[in-house]
Amino acid sequence: MSEINSFISKPWSKPSFIKRPWLRWTLIIFFLTYLLAAYATIDVNWSRVYEGLERGKKFVLAFTNPDFTTRSSDIYEGMFESIIMTITSSVVGIAISIPIALGAARNIAPLPVYLICRSIIAISRALQEIIVAILLVAIFGFGPLAGFLTLSFATIGFLSKLLAEDIESMDKVQAEAIEASGAKWMQWINYGVQPQVMPRLIGLSIYRLDINFRESAILGLVGAGGIGATLNTAFDRYEYDTAAAILLIIIMIVMALEYMSGVIRARVQ
Amino acid sequence: MLRLEKLEKTYKTGDQALKSVQLQVPEGQVLALIGPSGAGKSTLIRCINRLVEPTSGKVYLGEVELTGLSSNNLRRERRRMGMIFQEYALVERLSVMENVLSGRLGYVGFWRSFLRRFPQSDVDEAFRLLERVGLAHMADKRADELSGGQRQRVGICRALIQNPALLLVDEPTASLDPKTSRQIMRLICELCKERGLAAIINIHDVALAQMFVQRVIGLRFGAIEFDGPPEGLTPEVLTTIYGEEDWEATIEAVDDDGDIKVTK
Repeated sequence: MSEINSFISKPWSKPSFIKRPWLRWTLIIFFLTYLLAAYATIDVNWSRVYEGLERGKKFVLAFTNPDFTTRSSDIYEGMFESIIMTITSSVVGIAISIPIALGAARNIAPLPVYLICRSIIAISRALQEIIVAILLVAIFGFGPLAGFLTLSFATIGFLSKLLAEDIESMDKVQAEAIEASGAKWMQWINYGVQPQVMPRLIGLSIYRLDINFRESAILGLVGAGGIGATLNTAFDRYEYDTAAAILLIIIMIVMALEYMSGVIRARVQ
Repeated sequence: MLRLEKLEKTYKTGDQALKSVQLQVPEGQVLALIGPSGAGKSTLIRCINRLVEPTSGKVYLGEVELTGLSSNNLRRERRRMGMIFQEYALVERLSVMENVLSGRLGYVGFWRSFLRRFPQSDVDEAFRLLERVGLAHMADKRADELSGGQRQRVGICRALIQNPALLLVDEPTASLDPKTSRQIMRLICELCKERGLAAIINIHDVALAQMFVQRVIGLRFGAIEFDGPPEGLTPEVLTTIYGEEDWEATIEAVDDDGDIKVTK
């Protein structure tokens, strides 16, 4: 009873994350000083920026007058290649991701399988697309094959990891009920697990399709096929109006995919 | 028909959930398992069909010893044990029909179940069961569109379509209102009688257990404290199972119509 009186009519504030005030303030001051010093080391060449502004202005203005016609056959070919790369790599990547995701979910897979699948995912995620593409172009030569393989490889790391996490957080009793009926392992997956993770799988797949399309526009820069090569050439030739046309098409396709994914996800809820 | 011999379960955390449980359930007997939370009721039920692996002891279903079975043989024996769950445990995103038919998974091959082409006899039986519990018109609804009571009925159909000899029922009424609870308990007991099934029903509600079963087992700290007819649950007995409390009201307060009478 006496204790309560020491709290009454005194202000209350949330306890700080770091309790010792001297440590808290040292850390804050250290961080701010570092931040200021770090910004100071980035040196800006203002005359170069000024020169560049002119080029930037030309580029932005090109968007008001994009040129779809002059290089239309190049654009068409590049786009066609990009779309092929996107779809083929997404399908192959997703198909391989599903078994790996099952293996990478700790509540389903035994430890050795789990470790193998997790390492595959780790390798796929550690290697950035461009690096993989450079390597694969060196092996398979220029062209969409290298791009297709790169994107499939990248899809595995992305999709398996996120799907495995969804499998790990599924409702255990639903799966248990199927197990209790005497179902075989594959039936258990099909009835007890799959329905629970299906919305996530579909959502992730569409999102990955979207990413693969955007990546396919980059991979051309290192010779792995697709619209990126055309875009790169346009920049090299200072044909900003063609470059603007290509970028506009990419933006439109990405927006269309975005819209589509919204519609599909609403349906599979 | 079901025999537990010195069944023990110690979890990895060191909690001893079951201490040398001895139990025999004859053919067709419905018994209720009561006891405070954490007494090991769920563990006991799950050790029978080995959703939880017992640490030691034996479980016999008929002549078959379940505890020693390989996973393939265990699967075959699980078909003879239907399970009904707390919170229903229906696969939410599957239809009512798919949920009921999932009780047949132990009998059909993978491709048949994958393509949802179950044998006609299974489909007929599923409709008959749904009709019996009054849900035939809901067959193509998704399970998550149903109310609690309806879901538990589907859960009952799923367990029965296995054509089991024994029902393992884990807190069937835990999240249902008092009236629905009675209906579900009555349904389970009627169906057991119709089909001559034995059942072990975990239940919190002592009064509800007394209304419907022939035999009550009281579990406390993983050991059997009481085994007898429902009339034997005197305040003294309840005190040994649950601890000190005023039990008079619990025992007499409920009658069969689901009305709560005040008897003070």
